[in-house]
Amino acid sequence: MSKPERNRDRDSEATFGEYGGQYVPEALMPAVQELEDAYERYVLENEDGFMDEFRERMRDFGGRPTPLQRADRLSDRYDREIYLKREDLLHGGAHKLNNALGQVLLAKYMGKERIIAETGAGQHGTATAMAAAHLDMPCEIYMGRTDINRQRPNVYRMRMNGAEVNPVTAGSGTLKEAINETMRDWATTVERTHYVIGSIVGPHPFPKLVRDFQSVIGRESREQIREKAGRLPDSVLACAGGGSNTMGTFYEFVPDESVDLVAVEAGGSSLEIDEANALAPNSATLSTGTDGVLHGAMTKLLQSGDGQIMESHSVSAGLDYAGVGPELSYLVDTGRVTPVSVGDDAALNGFHRLSNLEGIIPALETSHALGYLERAAGPAADGRAAKPRDENHEDLGDLVVVNVSGRGDKDLETVLEETEKRDLEAAPDVEVFDR
Amino acid sequence: MSEIEAAIRENHPALITYITAGDPSLEDTREYVEALDRGGADLIELGLPFSEPIAEGPTIQAAINRALDAGTTPQGFFELVDDLETEAPLLVMTYYNMILQYGPEADVRPFVERAAEAGLSGIIVPDLPAEEADPLRAACDDHGLDLVFIVAPTTEGERLETIMSQVSGFAYVQARLGTTGARADVSNATHDSLARLSAYDVPKAVGFGVSEGDHAAEIIEAGADGVIVGSALVDIIAEHGEGDAPAADALEAKAEELKRGARRGGGVDVPEPEQP
Repeated sequence: MSKPERNRDRDSEATFGEYGGQYVPEALMPAVQELEDAYERYVLENEDGFMDEFRERMRDFGGRPTPLQRADRLSDRYDREIYLKREDLLHGGAHKLNNALGQVLLAKYMGKERIIAETGAGQHGTATAMAAAHLDMPCEIYMGRTDINRQRPNVYRMRMNGAEVNPVTAGSGTLKEAINETMRDWATTVERTHYVIGSIVGPHPFPKLVRDFQSVIGRESREQIREKAGRLPDSVLACAGGGSNTMGTFYEFVPDESVDLVAVEAGGSSLEIDEANALAPNSATLSTGTDGVLHGAMTKLLQSGDGQIMESHSVSAGLDYAGVGPELSYLVDTGRVTPVSVGDDAALNGFHRLSNLEGIIPALETSHALGYLERAAGPAADGRAAKPRDENHEDLGDLVVVNVSGRGDKDLETVLEETEKRDLEAAPDVEVFDR
Repeated sequence: MSEIEAAIRENHPALITYITAGDPSLEDTREYVEALDRGGADLIELGLPFSEPIAEGPTIQAAINRALDAGTTPQGFFELVDDLETEAPLLVMTYYNMILQYGPEADVRPFVERAAEAGLSGIIVPDLPAEEADPLRAACDDHGLDLVFIVAPTTEGERLETIMSQVSGFAYVQARLGTTGARADVSNATHDSLARLSAYDVPKAVGFGVSEGDHAAEIIEAGADGVIVGSALVDIIAEHGEGDAPAADALEAKAEELKRGARRGGGVDVPEPEQP
């Protein structure tokens, strides 16, 4: 039986081992293939100087390179060298612009006339709206109704940058539904519209395209740490939801076998799942998920035994997703990336600790990586240093890089609310207001 | 010739109907399938609900939500199909993850085996393009099931050639870009697609947006061998409640209207029924 033109071996480039692929409606296949072609020409081969223009705009508009900073007080606390990759200092306050600007520019090179994107917490939506304004492209953002209500400042930012914001009322009104609705728009308008997907998820070539735009994080970090510390780090930590900052941070380090790569997922309130109600009170897909197909790719998923996708949960909206990038699923299976998970409480403590010790208010997403740092390397409960090694992971080593994927201004309201509900060791007394 | 292909060719012009299994309950679905069968449906697609139906418009999304809320599972779905006795062959329409997860591991074969055992004649998977279909196609071949592919308005060139060379059952011609849902007219894309496909001697059925007998007539006249109607039927189900006998009657009447329209488009002289 003859096969469609571009059929390929399972280990060739549309997939990462068994993961990835192009599980999309037929109507989208030509667009996905057109994007593959554009990815190869413009991104991989720098046709028409695309990558030169991208890097120049990321420097002038985005503020790259971002610093790698030694965290002095964290280094003292953990009795080892801790460096922070400051993606929170990128324009917009998160790593998201790396991808958004890359894709909007690519859409322009492809001759597309309109940009659509999904957003959960609003970080990818605001980055896309900024990039679209910067590059003069009409832009529409799909955002769940629940997320719109809890992320109002980001909705205003998108509107101020000239983007339309389309509320999605289906399901729980969060990221998963927003992606569904953006895919439906794309299936209708595919001929002139580019879908700027926000993470290393979706059908090939999105996972590679987004990774390549984000890989600047690891490339800079690798050079910077060698310059500052004179060697490669022992371990690199990044939080993982869909996985764009994770893969962006790890990618350049994957061949460096001496460097441990630790993906820190949201453990939410529990790792237990409620199968009957299709609820997972966490977003720990790499740690607990099973293989399946969602949003165009084979990957690890939070799903019921029947294959229904679970409603995930995390205190951090940006990690709250039932899937994960197929490349990370692959790297976890091969043992190159170690998945760990940190619950809401530890993440909130991580948030307060960095704010208090280093004067950096991190995103709640990033706070999970900081929560893990405390668990793996923090002082033992009896006050003595030298905590036993974490059972999920070998020693972090003497030189650690943590990606600060974004700043936490967007999270202040959530943090205040969630802190009040809890007795958190690292939280300050905020009773200065009449509440 | 497969059962599905025979059902289209022998009942030309054919009516293919879709409803979501479990909307509002599997018991109701049984009544509705029998009503559609009586009303003249030549093939009946049953949707097995999946939580992320990216190819569906609002009508079928809502039906899927109702079915999931009612607790519809693949096991319950297959038990329903086990008991159904219809003249029209049955197909299951569902998303790829539901097929993968039926067995203990991510593998398509247990689902296909069970589908064959239940007496289903074919499978349609809206998020499975031909490029990813090898494992499912092999399993379907082993069990004598058709794997029906969709041809979209954007399907062209070599991809169209290869998809049309592998048609199994019939070619599902997507009438327009976008998602499923009843529309007020027949799109130009339908005429363009049918013209593009006229050279291929395979049964062609048109879906996405077909809601009335007049649409069916126009589509058959434009060269299709069948029409596929889903959202217009789901609308009828949504208007009626659970265990509501008139819903079955209304579905039967709608199927009759659509079948009459199709036959009119095929040049068959059909007297309108006497008005009560």
